[in-house]
Amino acid sequence: MLGYAGRILHVDLSSGKIWTEPLKEELAKKYIGGIGLGMRLLLDHSKPGVDPFSPENPLVLATGPLSGSMVPTGGNGHAFVSKSPQTFAMGESKSHGHFGTAMKRAGYDAIIIHGKSEKPVYLWIDDDSVQIMDAKHLWGKSTLETEEAIRNELKDFYIRVASIGPAGEKLVRIACIMNDRSRAAGRCGMGAVMGSKNLKAIALRGSKDIKVANQERLLELIKIQHERMKGPAARKYRTLGTPENVLVLQKLGAMPTNNFTRATFDGADRISGEYLNERFVAKIIGCSSCAMRCEHIAVVPEGPYKGTTTRIEYEPLWAIGPNCGVGNLDAILKGMDLSNYYGVDAISIGGIVGFAMDLYEHGIITKEDTGGLELNFGNHEAMIEMIKRISLREGFGNVLAEGVKLAAEKIGNDAPKYAVHIKGVEMTGYDIRGLKTAALGYAVSFRGADHNRHGAYGPDVAGKVNRFKAEKGRGKLVKETEDLYTIIDSLIVCKFSRGTYVEGYKDLAALFSAVTGIEMTPEELQRAGERINNLGRLFNIREGLGRKDDSMPWKVMNVPIPDEGVAKGSFVSQEDLDLLLDDYYEVRGWTKEGIPTVEKLTEIGMEDLVYIVKDKLEPKGQEEE
Amino acid sequence: MAAVPMAESAKWKMVSCDPDKCTGCTVCEYICSLTKENSFSSQKSRIRTMRLHPLINISIACRLCSPAPCVTACPRDALTQSEQTGVIMIDDDKCDGCSWCIEACDYGAITLHPELKKVRICDLCEGDPKCVKWCPEEGLDFTTKDILAQKARIAVTKKLFKESLEAAGIKT
Repeated sequence: MLGYAGRILHVDLSSGKIWTEPLKEELAKKYIGGIGLGMRLLLDHSKPGVDPFSPENPLVLATGPLSGSMVPTGGNGHAFVSKSPQTFAMGESKSHGHFGTAMKRAGYDAIIIHGKSEKPVYLWIDDDSVQIMDAKHLWGKSTLETEEAIRNELKDFYIRVASIGPAGEKLVRIACIMNDRSRAAGRCGMGAVMGSKNLKAIALRGSKDIKVANQERLLELIKIQHERMKGPAARKYRTLGTPENVLVLQKLGAMPTNNFTRATFDGADRISGEYLNERFVAKIIGCSSCAMRCEHIAVVPEGPYKGTTTRIEYEPLWAIGPNCGVGNLDAILKGMDLSNYYGVDAISIGGIVGFAMDLYEHGIITKEDTGGLELNFGNHEAMIEMIKRISLREGFGNVLAEGVKLAAEKIGNDAPKYAVHIKGVEMTGYDIRGLKTAALGYAVSFRGADHNRHGAYGPDVAGKVNRFKAEKGRGKLVKETEDLYTIIDSLIVCKFSRGTYVEGYKDLAALFSAVTGIEMTPEELQRAGERINNLGRLFNIREGLGRKDDSMPWKVMNVPIPDEGVAKGSFVSQEDLDLLLDDYYEVRGWTKEGIPTVEKLTEIGMEDLVYIVKDKLEPKGQEEE
Repeated sequence: MAAVPMAESAKWKMVSCDPDKCTGCTVCEYICSLTKENSFSSQKSRIRTMRLHPLINISIACRLCSPAPCVTACPRDALTQSEQTGVIMIDDDKCDGCSWCIEACDYGAITLHPELKKVRICDLCEGDPKCVKWCPEEGLDFTTKDILAQKARIAVTKKLFKESLEAAGIKT
């Protein structure tokens, strides 16, 4: 079992106890690593119904079997998994950079953080030495300042740090965990869970060798991947990067604007990937082992935000920009930089500010609530100020720091109608009113609104299906892409590299086997993907979720796209949603209520988790068992 | 130690990184440690990447100085420089890991092997450096100092005469 470190580290912050246990090969083979392994460890080490901020909710950190190896993009990933303070269900978020490489080299496949420290601390993992360090002097610092301070005090520039900012400390529910300066485990509020444990950072130094099972074969495979990564499959990421989406989605009428009021943005040309590359992008850098490089570093050249230097991607650009009606790129970049600084998910923060602007425009909140801010769409100064207030829980920001779902419940009135979220997680930058395969993918995602748990916008955007129609067959499309994406997140390789695995599971299984020496067929790997998706579902069922939670934001179901053009009039009706869910559940082998059956769980080797669904299934299911 | 005659050292080729192309991906470290140590390890790589800031990335290997301060610094005469290639050769029987050479090197191009406690320096893979071959950005060159100077001259001239070149329709 090479590739894997073969060890799981446990740290109990309540008692200060630290211990390790071996990683069993069966577990590795079944759940691979990354989110798969992390989710299984979370399930096994938590009780149902605990509050996400309770010391009883562990925070799991996992690398994949390829981490630390030269597999392009595979060498560097890590995943955080915990019960999400936004969804009260499965939360997971991945990040890249150099942190995952160091964690594997330190000798750990997973780190499970239990309990809660009395005082602010950080974890210092130096190969086999694990210490809980005082972090009083780091409390209140930004993520970047924390990273630099820890490197300075431990006196090694190559130490890798994952940390939370002030937002995580203050339990802002959209807090993220940053590493390597500009990389974020952004979604699902993992940073808030970390903050609830009084854990400011995890610092790593790894010096152990990473050995692989079949060196010669691996180099052959890597060579092939390198060639593919220089070709068309990675072109987008090497050139314009994800901001290429701006003009693509604009053309399709699929770029949500003003908190999903419209689906096109008037200033799209001035925030496009093309415009960014021409005026702002100073350098494109890569993560450890990557042969693509995608990380566009933008610098604001002039004006009040001059010198702001930040990584750019479509999603945060969209959230802070068009979703708030903001077309001023200088301000958008400043907003993204501030999100990293305070440590909040730059997608969700844009969702929240857009939501607040929508309420303001509709008179549901007023200047009195906003502390004098004129929170109209397009007011970029107010947007910047709100990012700060939410991140620090100042004034009205304290309400919004709960995320749009909980904030809307608190604000009352019609506010929930303007809260654009699924399962409590703010939407991402695809207008699913006119992308109905994607709509299904979003609805069933076990971590809430998300385009990265599936690639279901793919067939819609590429025109492979009628994107305005809900019909049978979409369930299969969503299931297939979900299974693959889950494996991508478990190995962990980068989603941006997905197009380079031209033979899909065959390529991924070959890489897995060459590194680990564990035989794995493409079919077995696909099966593992299916298993991990069922695992996410089972966790959520254990926490009380079901069909009712596979839902759409109110606006998506009630406000047809108003913009002139191809997408005009499109929305997702209840009938659409029911049809899509029925189709998907059937393909998944789940009941009408979205519960995996005993047969399905047995078929995919999850007999041990049948207990979760047992009393939720119809009597028929129980008899069959 | 006397410098090697100019005629010889001018022919030496070294691994040099173009920071404009370097993305900080550390693929050079991966392939170096695999080639030399059969494992992936930054500490055992003879070339090291430095990202000082997202905008500033570079990989550094032995610069083939002549005279080489590392050779001069070694109190045990464990290091010698090949007249033919400029590579610093290490006599493991003499090297005791004291690391005077590491301090003497202005570029941080010498590494102490964490287990053997002997120093390790880029040996150019017998004239076929694997890092140069595998760099996904083609950001590493295996070339002489004179050719590096030439490249810089070409680049600066292109910049100086950009308008004239464009006006004449000369593609460069």
